[in-house]
Amino acid sequence: MTSAAWWRDTLPRLVLSPSFVLVLIFVYGFMAYSGWLSMTDSKMLPSNGFVGWENYERLFRLRHWNTAINNLAIFGTLYIGICTLLGLVLAIFLDQKIRGEGLIRPLMLYPMALSFIVTGTAWKWFLDPGIGIEQIVQSWGFTEFEFRWIKDRDMAIYTVVIAAVWQSSGFVMAMFLAGLRGIDGEILKAAQIDGASNIKLYRRVVIPMLRPIFLSAFVVLAHMAIKSYDLVIALTNGGPGRATELPATFMYSYTFTRNQMGVGAASAVIMLMTIAAVIVPYLYSELRSKPGERG
Amino acid sequence: MSASTTQAVRTGRATRFVIYTVLVVFCLFYLTPLYVMAVNSLKPLDEIRGGGMLNLPLDATLAPWRSAWSEAQIGVQASGLKPYFLNSIYMVVPAVLLSTLLGALNGYVLSKYRFRGDKIIFGLMLFSCFIPFQIVLIPMAKILGILGLSGSTAGLVLVHLVYGIGFSTLFFKNYYEAFPTELIKAAQLDGASFFRIFQRILLPSSGPIIVVCVIWQFTNIWNDFLFGASFADFDSQPITVALNNLVSSSTGVKEYNVHFAGAILAALPTLVVYVVAGKYFVRGLMAGSVKG
Repeated sequence: MTSAAWWRDTLPRLVLSPSFVLVLIFVYGFMAYSGWLSMTDSKMLPSNGFVGWENYERLFRLRHWNTAINNLAIFGTLYIGICTLLGLVLAIFLDQKIRGEGLIRPLMLYPMALSFIVTGTAWKWFLDPGIGIEQIVQSWGFTEFEFRWIKDRDMAIYTVVIAAVWQSSGFVMAMFLAGLRGIDGEILKAAQIDGASNIKLYRRVVIPMLRPIFLSAFVVLAHMAIKSYDLVIALTNGGPGRATELPATFMYSYTFTRNQMGVGAASAVIMLMTIAAVIVPYLYSELRSKPGERG
Repeated sequence: MSASTTQAVRTGRATRFVIYTVLVVFCLFYLTPLYVMAVNSLKPLDEIRGGGMLNLPLDATLAPWRSAWSEAQIGVQASGLKPYFLNSIYMVVPAVLLSTLLGALNGYVLSKYRFRGDKIIFGLMLFSCFIPFQIVLIPMAKILGILGLSGSTAGLVLVHLVYGIGFSTLFFKNYYEAFPTELIKAAQLDGASFFRIFQRILLPSSGPIIVVCVIWQFTNIWNDFLFGASFADFDSQPITVALNNLVSSSTGVKEYNVHFAGAILAALPTLVVYVVAGKYFVRGLMAGSVKG
């Protein structure tokens, strides 16, 4: 090989290598290090005293962690379910030659451009019994009206769902709308000529064709749910008590304020594994089905 | 997303009425929080405490905005959000530019050159977009300390650059995949070098994807809270962290009007970008969700 050819072959790899090295160290190296720490007796500072699975055993005995897991189950299920349902219905409605679609679509999607801290701040005071919804409805004459979920240990997690749905459902709508616009109108016409009612048409023909979008929406929403941190911090700060604690807030407080770094690292590993279980098969199938061609 | 497909489904009048009603109700649902923030940021505190959160201000005042921007107590200083707003800008601009540049080069290499392991490298970069950042917090704190970047804006730039590479690479790779490889082969035969091809052939047609990538990175990095809260100190905190400190500080009276003004200030840059270039923002979101 001539040196020019060698250079032409090597240069692309050379250009890619800084990014690759950064990702290798800062993503995969860090994962390995956190994984190692989860098996050590690290407290306030990282330590290398190996303790095996002890941190994981402790983690799953902690009521605090179980609260976080339960909350994630409630939050994740409702968040994914409501966003998907709402996104689908709004997309189908918007797909009916709606006047003003160009105005409605961006209105539904703008929350996605906001920081969760902003969303949390807005909803925190909007849901506050003193000045928010409860007060507004009472001022309309319904003096008995009560809405104090955000202060209620049993209900506070649902306020996180409300704010998160507000932020993300427009995005899911946009995904479904893009899917609907990709469906061949002839298929729908044919089905209608066969006498299918609108509801039947959507249930039997259209919605099944949107399957890939359901999958994408699920993957995106699931990984966002597991990573949820900012919104809870801004909206309820994990409270009242620990009523809205999620794994992400648990990890942070155990690692950085309670000086239980080993347990904190173990919780981060569990979070990573959960997300990997959702994302890896998805990415694998996506990359395989379109082998390197077109995007 | 074109609105031009002919609609096949016929809908009756009653159905259309229901559809419009539902759409209007949900538009109100999406708009209300922004409206509440806007009107209440213009009210004196007494007026908010007196109720009527949905009412327009009786006695409109810009004082809460002035306070949020330059007077409010945040942490130990009565500095308002202004210095933190600037911190965010100092952090966002280099992080966005660098991650976009690296993404463009990576996308070019990964789409137009084949070598052993290229798929695996792309897969590893792609997965890095989705990791829960909790898994990197502890080692990152340690490395920033070793590099002498703890609590600095430069440290945050590094963090955002590293975790932005995955998405920017994805954007550019997918975009360049659609670009005819024959053109590049021909240029190579003519003796054009690696960088010349990039500069003369790919870059001139990369406008849209650069916009998509810049908007995506800008929005994500501006809105970040976790890294800012973990790695910044008082002098380098981004605005999201400062806003949260302002709103959740437990001392003194709760100045709702100032909180709302502050929240709008923190949201303004990304909102403006969304209003000006919403189309590209949506394209980025879609590319981030529908991979391949």
